[in-house]
Amino acid sequence: MQEPAITTELIQSHGINAEEYDRILEIMGREPSFTELGIFSAMWNEHCSYKSSKLHLKKLPVDGPQVICGPGENAGVVDIGDGQAVVFKMESHNHPSYIEPYQGAATGVGGILRDVFTMGARPIAAMNALSFGEKDHPKTRQLVHGVVEGVGGYGNAFGVPTVGGEVRFHPAYNGNCLVNAFAAGLADADKIFYSAASGVGRPVVYLGAKTGRDGVGGATMASAEFDDTIEEKRPTVQVGDPFTEKRLMEATLELMQTGAVISIQDMGAAGLTCSAVEMGDKGKLGVRLDLENVPQREQNMTAYEMMLSESQERMLMVLDPAKEAEARAVFVKWDLDFAVVGETLAEDRFLIVHNGEVKADMVLSKLSSTAPEYDRPWVATPAAAPLEDVPQIDGIDALKALIGSTNYSSREWVYQQYDSQVMADTVRVPGYGAGVIRVHGTDKMLAFTSDVTPRYVKANPVEGGKQAVAEAFRNLCATGAKPLATTDNLNFGNPEKPEIMGQFVGALDGIGQACIALDMPIVSGNVSLYNETDGQGILPTPTIGAVGLIAAGEEPILDLARDGHVALLIGDTIGHLGQSALLAEVFNSEDGDAPAVDLTAERRNGDFIRAQRALIKCCSDLSDGGLALAAFEMADASGVGVQLDTDDTAQLFGEDQARYLVACNFDQAEALMLAAGQAGVPITSVGKFTGDTVKFGASEAPLAELSDISRSAFAGFFA
Amino acid sequence: MKAAVIVFPGSNCDRDMAVAFEQAGFDVEMVWHKDTALPSGIDMVGVPGGFSFGDYLRCGAIAANAPIVRDVKAFADKGGYVLGVCNGFQVLTETGLLPGALLRNSELKYICRTVGLKVEGDSIFTSAYQTGEEIALPIAHHDGNYHADDATLDLLEGEGRVAFRYTDNPNGSARDMAGILSANRRVLGMMPHPERASEAAHGNEDGARLFANLTSALTTA
Repeated sequence: MQEPAITTELIQSHGINAEEYDRILEIMGREPSFTELGIFSAMWNEHCSYKSSKLHLKKLPVDGPQVICGPGENAGVVDIGDGQAVVFKMESHNHPSYIEPYQGAATGVGGILRDVFTMGARPIAAMNALSFGEKDHPKTRQLVHGVVEGVGGYGNAFGVPTVGGEVRFHPAYNGNCLVNAFAAGLADADKIFYSAASGVGRPVVYLGAKTGRDGVGGATMASAEFDDTIEEKRPTVQVGDPFTEKRLMEATLELMQTGAVISIQDMGAAGLTCSAVEMGDKGKLGVRLDLENVPQREQNMTAYEMMLSESQERMLMVLDPAKEAEARAVFVKWDLDFAVVGETLAEDRFLIVHNGEVKADMVLSKLSSTAPEYDRPWVATPAAAPLEDVPQIDGIDALKALIGSTNYSSREWVYQQYDSQVMADTVRVPGYGAGVIRVHGTDKMLAFTSDVTPRYVKANPVEGGKQAVAEAFRNLCATGAKPLATTDNLNFGNPEKPEIMGQFVGALDGIGQACIALDMPIVSGNVSLYNETDGQGILPTPTIGAVGLIAAGEEPILDLARDGHVALLIGDTIGHLGQSALLAEVFNSEDGDAPAVDLTAERRNGDFIRAQRALIKCCSDLSDGGLALAAFEMADASGVGVQLDTDDTAQLFGEDQARYLVACNFDQAEALMLAAGQAGVPITSVGKFTGDTVKFGASEAPLAELSDISRSAFAGFFA
Repeated sequence: MKAAVIVFPGSNCDRDMAVAFEQAGFDVEMVWHKDTALPSGIDMVGVPGGFSFGDYLRCGAIAANAPIVRDVKAFADKGGYVLGVCNGFQVLTETGLLPGALLRNSELKYICRTVGLKVEGDSIFTSAYQTGEEIALPIAHHDGNYHADDATLDLLEGEGRVAFRYTDNPNGSARDMAGILSANRRVLGMMPHPERASEAAHGNEDGARLFANLTSALTTA
């Protein structure tokens, strides 16, 4: 088939600028073929090349004694003792989800699960951080239904428990929702599989589902802003098949046990191209592919289409030739395609042949190692104007407004659509802070959380970046888990705008500082830029996914408050209301600075909580909504009312960091106050859990009424 | 005691069910859907939850025609005990071992939460509980809305073959039925997941009693 001629329009439509095209000419020493141009565009787009972000990502802390494998592989690997490892990553599927919410979200979940089991780990937990536009925007309702059903439809059928996540609403996401999918898996620490190919002349094997035309050019689409032609981009969204993915996982894990797998890489963004180049590049080898051997779902597919297809549920593998028959038998058992599609080459070459015709012949290492890298100009976010005095308001009225809002109502409507208990190891289901999963067959547990407060990051990227990590740290500590490591999913607007780039640089600075201070290195992550529609950027949203360990023999902190329990507040309260939930939801204002994060206090207070687990049976971290919201949520979970002594607005709703609310009996409270005094940890008795009402000072409402507001609000907006 | 747990390619509660059987004292053998015969000496067959063949069309319809299911039917026809949970219940209705069908939930959404159940029918699956006792078990399904014609529903009630009823119907099931028995009371299909409430770590052990009772009942039987 005749390939189209290379024209300026064609180059532009591949998202390649003039400077980049000059570089292509230099590398090739000639004009590229159509297929070669497609391969360059797939490898050099923002999504795959990290060209705007790489420079700054290099500054993040990625090491620690617990880290087995940091960023750069399909997922990060962290030691959890006893020869076991947790393998995890978070990745965005924002653009596809906005265009086609069900399939976009579903394949986002599928992609992240594949990243995890490609490393040899069986997925054991999933989370989803979702950001939508305001509730009355015409697209929001459809997106909420589609995304939530897509997440559930894929994860539920695949069979991984979804144990946590976030759902937020803000007008800044009206034209660009965010779908950040997290998955974690369990593996033996000495049986991790990597992508670097080794050995010359070894078969390159294609596994899984057949290749179709879906998703051709998807990664390039995800690296551009949206405009009103968005509906035309629908064909670039892939379609998910969790049943095939489930079989692919079982077959892959079974295959790995035979010793046949030398290296393996899932086909995600930019499919065959990206996976083959990565395996070759990491192994310092070349790769030849003979495309007529690729299992195809559609007829007359061209080399260009096959190289750029993003059909789901596919893997590429370098195989030990001696074990080919054994490997093939595993895939036949699971009724999956298994095809030898090429071989590894000694020379640095990416050779694509289709029916005997050379379609691309390139220097492989030039595709990835010399991908463009930009030091984009950036300006620091100016300091926020000081907050004017916030008037005192009735605490219960304010609480009702918060818990009846889209952002602070119960998320039950969402997480009840996710299977949170499949695998029968779920210790804590969603809705109570970090999700907790038992490590199968042991009494160790893993805690999972995902956090960020985009309002903070916008007002003050550095403190906001710190806060996202600090809140994840707190959520883990509040379950008694030792925070181990972090995955970052960095969602920002157009990096070519200096103020957006400034948000990115600032947030990364804060994240890096916090990860060092809290000993939570970044082991994997993903960058999603160009989250803009018609020039309107999203709130900067660096989602932090984090994992903590409750070691064998350690008690988790999972109890509920009981009648008669004392309410103890750990950490200092100044009453910081800038960028607070109270301002946003009740005063309709996003003024002031983000709360400052004292990382030393965070570390000290979190360590204290974990060290005092014998006294602390019930604990919640304080984040947006402050003391008032945390106290209500603990009361709601337990069915026991709460009385706080204060009725001061800033004391109730201030969002000072490094704080926890603890419920315990009188004797435990006394011992805890003593211990806190010795450890230099601020602790205050702020009230008690009792009765069937929520009472702030003299203002009071029945707990049942408040619980009903919180539980019915979300369905009221969207069901 | 020996139990076989059937594994379809999209089963995802097979391990969970095997663990619950093992904790109750069964030796468990996992049986692949392409096998044609159950292992010998089996006392109980478990058909687990999941999405047997993706279930993109009618849940359990393809699984009901898998090679091993012919032998499961033969086993049940000879008076063997069969427990189908969630997708397993759907498969059992598709095979005809149990009457009726599981339709989409009335609100057309997947539901995962713990629900209240009232224990009724007399069988080895329910004799661990008092008749009328209220227990709590998790549900997790998109198609759990039990449906049958009135004559069938009357028959099930008349013969005491309703094993569990929802106390607050979550999915639109006819007459709140959550689990039903075959005419010989040896085949139980239920949407709730007893294997997810079978140890202290689950925070609920109401399901453990079902499994524990099977070993004692089968030993004395």
